[in-house]
Amino acid sequence: MMAPLYEFGRFGDGTGLLIAVVLGIAFGWFLEQGGMGNARKLAGQFYFTDLSVLKLMFSAIVTAMLGLFWLSWAGLLDLSRVYVPETFIAPQLVGGLVFGVGFATGGLCPGTSCVAAATGRKDGLALIAGMFAGVFLFGEIFPAVGHFADSTARGAWTLPQALGLSYGTVVGVIVAVALGAFAGAEWLERRAERPARRMKIAA
Amino acid sequence: MSNKAAPYASPYLAGVGIGVVLLLAFVLMGRGLGASGAFSSVVAAAVNTTAPTHAAGNAFYAGYLSDGATNPLKDWLVLEIIGVLIGGLASGLLAGRMRWTTERGIGITDRRRLVNAFVGGTAMGVGAKLARGCTSGLGLTGGATLSVGSWLFIIAAFVGAYAAAPLVRRAWR
Repeated sequence: MMAPLYEFGRFGDGTGLLIAVVLGIAFGWFLEQGGMGNARKLAGQFYFTDLSVLKLMFSAIVTAMLGLFWLSWAGLLDLSRVYVPETFIAPQLVGGLVFGVGFATGGLCPGTSCVAAATGRKDGLALIAGMFAGVFLFGEIFPAVGHFADSTARGAWTLPQALGLSYGTVVGVIVAVALGAFAGAEWLERRAERPARRMKIAA
Repeated sequence: MSNKAAPYASPYLAGVGIGVVLLLAFVLMGRGLGASGAFSSVVAAAVNTTAPTHAAGNAFYAGYLSDGATNPLKDWLVLEIIGVLIGGLASGLLAGRMRWTTERGIGITDRRRLVNAFVGGTAMGVGAKLARGCTSGLGLTGGATLSVGSWLFIIAAFVGAYAAAPLVRRAWR
């Protein structure tokens, strides 16, 4: 049986939409378990006191990336049928900067704001309201910014293609970078804890 | 509502869990997870309900409304986000972490925190639509499929966040 199953017609749209709900439940569950429904915990990422965001994101990316790599290597999955987000260099760089400023200010991202709201956090609800306002604002200015938003299009462009390296090499490099980032994150958290502990003793 | 909240799980374990969910999305559907797309579908549907000619004449809204025969709220990502709300609620309930409260640092008031959350959300709404995704659709899905634009977005988002962080530091102390 070849994956992706939906792409090869193993089930229809109704089952696909049911899968959306089930996978969403699991996604929300793990986000909440990892503390991602708490804006104070997320914001720690930007002050080097709690790097859970980096650890969680990199663990998730590496897990799914290795799964895709091995399944395609074993001939169980057709990678060409897996959706790769399209590249638009300039709008993604500018959009990323604007998004990042909003992330530090709001302390939650669009997905985690839903978990925050679901667990009773009013700041999660306020952020969701802000997201709706922002998307509406973008829609209203789209006639003016659409040209820029569609610029520097590169299609489904991947790192192996851009760097001229093999798929396996890029996967290996990202795993190595992730392991280095995990070690760095642990070191930063230990460093952030030290003065706090000293202050507690002094008090 | 229990008063004793269970400690959060290891972010590594939660991350691996999300990675498995993401991999299942690839294997079953051939697509990844997302979040901001669901917000777009809801906004496009709302605009279409209140001002249908305005929505039809705007390429951004029209893109989320398909042929008009199908309801954009039946979109895959809208259902996935409904699932996220259910899953987050279930986890929070079972762990005793439900609180009707505002998460903030001691340096600001609740009201100021809610304004910050709204303003931050607005900026993220604009940024995510300009970039065609957020930390889920570009960060996780594009990160795992090695999309060049996704990795550029992730790097730019962290640069933007670290640049803004000193300015809003008081909010998180």
